[in-house]
Amino acid sequence: MQRFLLRRLVSLALSLLAASLAIFLVIEVVPGDPASYMLGLNASPETVAALRDQLGLNAAPPARYLAWLGGMIRGDFGISYTYKVPVADLVLQRLQVSLPLALYALALTAMLAFPAGLVAAARRGRAADAAVMGATQLGIALPNFWFAMLLVLVFSLHWQVFPAGGFPGWDSGLGAGIAALTLPAVALALPQAAILARVLRSALIETEGQDYIRTARAKGLTRGQTMLRHALRNAMIPVMTILGMQFSFLLAGAIIIENVFYLPGLGRLIFQAITQRDLIVVESVVMILVFAVILVTFLVDLAYAAIDPRLRRRA
Amino acid sequence: MKASLYLGLALALAALLAAAASLIWTPHDVTALSIADKLKPPSAGHWLGTDHFGRDIASMLMAGARTSIAVALVAVGIGMGFGVPLGLLAAARHGSIVDEAVMRGNDLIFAFPSLVIAILITAVFGPSAVNAILAIGIFNIPVFARVARGGALSLWTLDFIRAAEVAGKGPARISAEHILPNIASLLIVQGTIQFSLGILAEAGLSYVGLGAQPPTPSWGRMLAEAQTMVTLAPHVAIFPGLAIVLTVFGLNLLGDGLRDRQDPRLRART
Repeated sequence: MQRFLLRRLVSLALSLLAASLAIFLVIEVVPGDPASYMLGLNASPETVAALRDQLGLNAAPPARYLAWLGGMIRGDFGISYTYKVPVADLVLQRLQVSLPLALYALALTAMLAFPAGLVAAARRGRAADAAVMGATQLGIALPNFWFAMLLVLVFSLHWQVFPAGGFPGWDSGLGAGIAALTLPAVALALPQAAILARVLRSALIETEGQDYIRTARAKGLTRGQTMLRHALRNAMIPVMTILGMQFSFLLAGAIIIENVFYLPGLGRLIFQAITQRDLIVVESVVMILVFAVILVTFLVDLAYAAIDPRLRRRA
Repeated sequence: MKASLYLGLALALAALLAAAASLIWTPHDVTALSIADKLKPPSAGHWLGTDHFGRDIASMLMAGARTSIAVALVAVGIGMGFGVPLGLLAAARHGSIVDEAVMRGNDLIFAFPSLVIAILITAVFGPSAVNAILAIGIFNIPVFARVARGGALSLWTLDFIRAAEVAGKGPARISAEHILPNIASLLIVQGTIQFSLGILAEAGLSYVGLGAQPPTPSWGRMLAEAQTMVTLAPHVAIFPGLAIVLTVFGLNLLGDGLRDRQDPRLRART
């Protein structure tokens, strides 16, 4: 188990290093000079020179990469050029919206997908299965931002049960915060739940021919009981993989959804930074998103080992 | 199961035909502005109504189909063009450092959600349809590399490949002459799926302003423009969304139907 953990940790560190290098190189190829790119056409040479100095652009690229990397390890992401505050503070503040939103959406995804997938698998070939399969096929085709607009049209403008956008802040109460995140979370969750329900259904059906399922059935368990007690645990490996990937989709998808609902999260931050050409913020937020994705993949790997002891020995 | 394959084919063909037809004919000129006719509900003159500039929505949807399909198609082309050779190479040199490098490189791209790649590219090079294609296409590369490698690996153990090796053919020739034709159907199915994902991605990117720029018509941007008018005239938001859903839905049904057809194991089961 320790060797397994060590190997996974090494590969986690390597992926992070490779990702940071890729991001650095992309920003590095900015046409022209990052400082003049950020300041625009009308900047005087003195301002550009001052910014170059402040950004440390006069150092050689390898030294700059190492400085950026070292700073991030210490939690120092540099100072935003437009906001004049440390990027780390900005990001932490925005994460208070983006992270709860992604987790909320993830919970909704699982809550919708598990019953649907279980019912479809248990009633395979029947009307309930066909209904779930048809609905999920449509759900996958749904662009979440369009679905979000329809939700606003119905639940905010017609029935006025949820706010159409904006975020009051957690200070104004948990209820108000959750209400503001509900429509965005539903819009994010529904297409993902459709995918997860289909994965769960086929993973459950996949176990059907196995000996241990037949044994359980021969003992006198019903199809539903076998599914919940035996098949579900074995179907969890593909389901966990997808759920892990979906967390990163939800975090990235939130970039678009936050713009639909005017939520002050990482997504809004990154778009504002792009318009204002604040490359320091863009580079850091992208790195943090990628870090989150790689970390979740790592945790899913560990979860596999917890669910399936065979994987521990093999690694 | 067969009916859904044909429904998918019909929907996908309808989108293709609309896009092709828009090259020579649309009910109205998509660039003609007529403020007097703005936000009109569907009528005999304007089947799907008009937008905030009085442009005909049906015509814009036809022209928008062209953008969506072109972006998604080229992105699939990029994914196949780079991904399939990489996957074949990795399979032919299975277990070698080349294989390892290809697979780890793919893991790396997977770590960047496609939207984040797009944001990075547009932050640096500016928003345009070409950059949207690049962003979606780059993400398609590891997908096709994986499918090609997986399919090729199982073929490399078979007798007819051994026979080709004994006959003196090198790995490159075997990959091109024997492996590729046998994984073609796998690639076509994956291509259909990536095509539909590409249409969704293009819509998302142009919705946030990172895709095709005005005046190029685009479904995603139509939705972005409709957002502020959704209370006044819901039809401006509903029809572009429906166009996306129906096209993607059709392509997914087509992909699933094709997969069931080529995999007898699945066919027997359903």
